[in-house]
Amino acid sequence: MVSGLLLLALRATAFPIPHSPIPPQDTTKGKAVYVKWCAGCHGDGGAGDGAAAAHMLPRPRNFTGGLYKIRTTASGQLPTDADLLRAIDDGLPASAMPGWKGRLSDGERRDAVAYIKTFSSFFADTSQHVVPLKFSSPPGGGTGEAALKQGRLFYDSIGCRKCHGDQGRGDGPSAPTLKDDADFPIFAADLHQNWRFRGGGSVEDIYRRLRTGLDGTPMPSFADLIDQKFLTDEELWRLAQYVRSLSPPAPPEVRDVVHAPQIPGTVPVSPDDSAWARVARYWFPLVGQVIHKSRWFAPAVSGVWVQAMHDGKTLALRVSWDDRTESPDTAWLKFEQRILETVAGDDSAPPPPRAEPWPDQLAVQFPRRLPEGSGGMERPYFLMGATTDPVYQWRWTSRPRRALAGLARGIERFDTLASAPAGEAIYEHGEWCLVLTRALATPDTANEVQLEAGRAIPMAFFAWDGSSGEHGSRMAVSTWYFLALDRPTPPSVFISPVLAMLVTLGLGLVVVRRAQRRGAVPSHRNV
Amino acid sequence: MRKLGAVAATGAVLALALAAWTRQPPLPAQGGAKVTGKIKFVGTKPAMPKIDMTEEPKCKAKYQGVPTDETVVVNANGTLANVFVYVKSGLPASYQAPAPAGPVTLDQDGCRYHPHVLGIQVGQPLAIKNSDGILHNIKAKAKANRPFNISQPSVMTSSKTFDKPEVMVALECNVHGWMHAWLGVLPHPFFSVSGADGSFTLAGLPPGTYTIEAWHEKYGTQTATVTVAGSEAKTADFSFAAK
Repeated sequence: MVSGLLLLALRATAFPIPHSPIPPQDTTKGKAVYVKWCAGCHGDGGAGDGAAAAHMLPRPRNFTGGLYKIRTTASGQLPTDADLLRAIDDGLPASAMPGWKGRLSDGERRDAVAYIKTFSSFFADTSQHVVPLKFSSPPGGGTGEAALKQGRLFYDSIGCRKCHGDQGRGDGPSAPTLKDDADFPIFAADLHQNWRFRGGGSVEDIYRRLRTGLDGTPMPSFADLIDQKFLTDEELWRLAQYVRSLSPPAPPEVRDVVHAPQIPGTVPVSPDDSAWARVARYWFPLVGQVIHKSRWFAPAVSGVWVQAMHDGKTLALRVSWDDRTESPDTAWLKFEQRILETVAGDDSAPPPPRAEPWPDQLAVQFPRRLPEGSGGMERPYFLMGATTDPVYQWRWTSRPRRALAGLARGIERFDTLASAPAGEAIYEHGEWCLVLTRALATPDTANEVQLEAGRAIPMAFFAWDGSSGEHGSRMAVSTWYFLALDRPTPPSVFISPVLAMLVTLGLGLVVVRRAQRRGAVPSHRNV
Repeated sequence: MRKLGAVAATGAVLALALAAWTRQPPLPAQGGAKVTGKIKFVGTKPAMPKIDMTEEPKCKAKYQGVPTDETVVVNANGTLANVFVYVKSGLPASYQAPAPAGPVTLDQDGCRYHPHVLGIQVGQPLAIKNSDGILHNIKAKAKANRPFNISQPSVMTSSKTFDKPEVMVALECNVHGWMHAWLGVLPHPFFSVSGADGSFTLAGLPPGTYTIEAWHEKYGTQTATVTVAGSEAKTADFSFAAK
């Protein structure tokens, strides 16, 4: 009896049962929540095969294997309840999974966790010890230049670039071969867009993903490297900090208006002109075109960075965007095929066989004429206008490498105009940088937008990654935004304050002089 | 206080001894029977795609010519290599085999797995070795067992074990999409992989009637029923046809 108790005690110390911070859950209630809110994507049986699943990339989680990407546990281990609840509460950025906090009650979300666990027998298997890893805190040295440089060394030495690419845009040599455990194509993460990381974009999140890996994906756990003294924990933190440093300090804020300052001299025509470093850049998110057939649910370009300036005669617009491939790229042909096979479109006919591989494309759209009248903000249909109300577009393609201008009358029809903007583009390490320039005023005032300073000029963007199977209506689109050409600051703005100061100084001197003179007279008399 | 400690210590020792004693498995009914055979291959040998190792000069340098995919390896004598042959059923329910302490080694050399098909016992360590000194990740896409996906960016060895029988566990490297291996996890030692002469041997079988399965990654499975007694040696040949 005593030895039995001791045995129990010993067992208890050998395997501490992790106490869950979550109160008891109800799988019956959880099922009701699941059927109502989750089954549409995740499927009635939890196999990730709901009605909407075929349109999604990444696909909804298949719960039957008990395999989860975002965890606090070691590679291949089951997630904790808290891990599952976090995914439900906050959602998974850049996927179809929204956050449910606020939409479902605390109890409903916890019950859903309990029900989701019933899909895999692993959760009922008592030999599975679900123990979260202990994570250290970031070391000192933080994000200083030396620390980041060290992080970059490990980025190279442990082979991150194999998939994530030399500059981290997910364009490494192994990237076109990647698939997940269900054999669906999967992109190596673009490390310049941490707001799209499924498990969160903070340095702590990145460090945790390096420790745990993303189960079911090609991303392995790097924890063994610490155990085997190949890397120290601090060095793993340095790597996480380097990866974090590739993205902006905060997720880009979407603003409505691109301000194009007027610069002295002439506008730059080259994307790598140093002048671009001096103007603000604006982020515009793009989404899949799902309005017209054939619809596209897996846009490859998630947004564009836009800069603009003018010199009183010419506008220069710099658009840059992350794209893993300089299409057409033969290394990605198979990947493209897999994407097209994986992402279901709609019931429209499949695209006809093409004569040559698709290029990358970018379109910038304006109305033909600026909206008239004082309060007039009437704009053509944002999705490439309509037959009766066309839009004026610049269209750039990577092959042939050229820019055209034309009138779009809906997605299907593009009538090229005689004069095109000048276009110069550079592709480097997974990023396109394109500069389009055009005269502010042109002779064809009927079709070509006249770019007047001081006006709000409607502007929209479209992007296609040829190597992701994007062409025609399968594209990424934005809504209308605005371009504003700032008027040059009149010289009076700079001269007036100086004049005012000089006048004040002059008057001041006069007053002082007078005062001195007055004071001097009596003293003179005294003498 | 000290007395109490002594009692506790004695109790702990007793408990440990008890635990060790109760966990002692009964001696396996190791027999002297043997099943051998050959895996024949019928039809035209399929051409295997070439593997482009340009991205990995270290691996590329390990080959004279251009390495090819190992999905189907037909031997010079017309037999099929890399077939996993094992006792699928027929062992007495009480049969228990302790896991060997020594590991089974899976080597990553020249950006390929050696061996391409291998067997291991439940609980036996799998030593995963990186002889290339470049980044490999080893992903075990287990279903009955928990999977794993670990990284090995340099010459190093990692150890993993499997808790449950599973035929087969797919192993792959995602850095090098052509790298695949197959691991059979069994609760007994009666498994074999056909080699360069296409033969297999299942030795030390206790007397009984067994279902023997031959598994190939492309051509699927075939089974045979064999009854052995005493120290009998029997033959069971399998034949896979080109698809």
